[in-house]
Parts: sequence; structure tokens; C-alpha cells
Amino acid sequence: MRAALKRLADRADAEGLLDVAYATTDSPFGPLLLAATPRGLVKLSLPTYDSDEALEELAHRVSPRVVEAPARLDEARRQLDLYFDAKLTAFDLPLDWQLTHHFRRRVVRAIHRIPYGQTRSYTQIATSAGNERAVRAAGTACGANPIPIVVPCHRVLRSGGALGGYGGGLPMKEALLELEGALQSR
Amino acid sequence: MTALPPFQTLLDDHAADVMAVLRGAVGRADAEDCFQETFLAALRAYPRLGNASNLRGWLLTIAHRKAIDHHRANGRRPLPVAQVAEMAGAAADPEAYEGIWALVGALPPKQRAAVALRYGADLPHAEIAAALGCSPAAARRSLHEGIKKLRADLGGEPALGKERA
Repeated sequence: MRAALKRLADRADAEGLLDVAYATTDSPFGPLLLAATPRGLVKLSLPTYDSDEALEELAHRVSPRVVEAPARLDEARRQLDLYFDAKLTAFDLPLDWQLTHHFRRRVVRAIHRIPYGQTRSYTQIATSAGNERAVRAAGTACGANPIPIVVPCHRVLRSGGALGGYGGGLPMKEALLELEGALQSR
Repeated sequence: MTALPPFQTLLDDHAADVMAVLRGAVGRADAEDCFQETFLAALRAYPRLGNASNLRGWLLTIAHRKAIDHHRANGRRPLPVAQVAEMAGAAADPEAYEGIWALVGALPPKQRAAVALRYGADLPHAEIAAALGCSPAAARRSLHEGIKKLRADLGGEPALGKERA
């Protein structure tokens, strides 16, 4: 049955029927759920979140054609493995931004530009997203980042250096910053 | 309108049943081709499906149509022996089951489908009817006729006409 399902996923992909392909991958923090549309990585769900809920959200917001098809996520998994081994400092993956809109999309795109090992404040992010007064909204947008780690919202801190929040939990945020060598430089 | 679940849940919940039904309907050798055709057709149509209340019946309906297409494409070619040892509930003696499924394969299409859906996928009459596109009473009749024929073939009951000869 497994071989039949694998062939089905391959044929569906070849026919352009895989609107959302997903896979899980191990990380030092627990399993991550990755999902990609034909345009690119659309969702990364951290271990703190329920995968079934994430898949239902994708079915509802992107397309109900959600199929487990790990081959489509091979490159993303490879790069994440290297990142967790501190052997990769910049992800080179096509991204699909469709789960975020308006100001929030500008915020996550601003976050995407923060270089490896550096941090920004919520105020700085609000400013580079085009509204320096929308600090609270920028914080909310960080929390709603659909592709954490790859879009490094862990690099956004409170003014003054306090960690702020993180969907994967503060220990994970701290560990990622430590991995990148960003904590000493503060 | 019920929200459509991720397609993967249809595979997780029903792929094994669809395969079992197709093995009963077209034989083991061709079941996988029909399985692929069934789920590709389902995947194509899925986003436009208005009602998610009976996804299993919907999939089995598609599987039934694919089995019919398969038989049409193959004309009157004799059916391969269905091997159903992997099916849920298959007994210790798979050979006996193979013999039975070979007989199922020789039934007329409606009876064959009704028997495969009832004993391959464990569907109730209402769902067999939905899958076959007929009334529950007609589904029950097809099933009954199919079982009667099988009993006769297996020698459980004297076949009609034999005694008179």
C-alpha cells in the first residue's frame, strides 16, 4: 500500500494536482511540519502546534488538495538539517507568502531580510514594514508568521534586548539565537 | 456546507478499503491501476465537491465506476483470480478465499459490485446503494442475488436445473 500511495503522490504531482504537499522532519526541538505549494514553502509548523490543525488550516485557506508528499519538501528538509547543524546561514528556498496579507505580509518580509546572527527590535521591524508606530501590530504579525525559522522571527526582540515572545516557546527562541551566535553580541 | 478535510485524511481513512473493493471487483493484478485512477479522479474533483458528509461513499462510487471502465476496456476477457488474503477479516485459509473471489469476479457487474462493497469494504446497504447509484432495496436485491449465485456455485445449494437433468 505504501508503494501505491507513493506512486499516487508522484502522479498527482506530475499532473499538477498537488496544491499542498507536506512532510514532517525532525529537529532538535521536535518534529516540524513543512508544507509547500507549487510556488514554494507556504507553512512551517513548530512542534508546539497541532499538525492536524495546521493541515486543516491549509485545506481551508489554500486548497483541500493537501497530500503527504515528502519528495516535494526534500530541499527544505536538507537546508533545515544544515541550519540546525550550524552549517547553513541563509536559506535559499522559494517561499509562498499567501498565508499572510497587508501589513502583516510587509512585516514578515521585513523579518525575512534580517541577516543570520543579527537581531532587530519590534520597533525597527514596524519601521521597515512602513509604519513605525505600529509596534504592537508588528509583534502580532511576528506571532502569526506562517514560516518561522526560515523567516527568522526569532531574531526580533524587545527594545532593550528582552526576548519578547515566540510561538515555539522562549527556550527555543533562545536556543536558535545561541546557535546563530546572536546572544553574545547583544 | 461542511468544510473539506485535507485530502490526505481520505487516503489515511479509506485507501485500504478502496483497494480491497477493487481487488474484489477487478482482481489483484489490475486493482492498483484502478486504485490510481480512482484517487487521481477524486483528487481532480475534490475542491469542487459540495458535500463532505459521505466521503467514503463518494470514493467507493468512483472506484466502482473505474472498475466498470476497466471491464469495458477489457471486453469479455476472463477475470483474473482475486487474491484477498491481505483483506481485513481474511481467514487462515487464503486459498479458499481466492476461490470465492474468483467466483465473485464471475458475477454480473451489479451483483459483483454489491458483494465486493459489502464483504470487501464492509459497507451497509445504504452506502452500497449510494456507491452503485441505485435504491437501497435494489442494492439489497443485487447483494442477495449475488450471494445466492455464490452459494449455488460453491455447492451449498443445488444449482437450479441440475436435478431435473
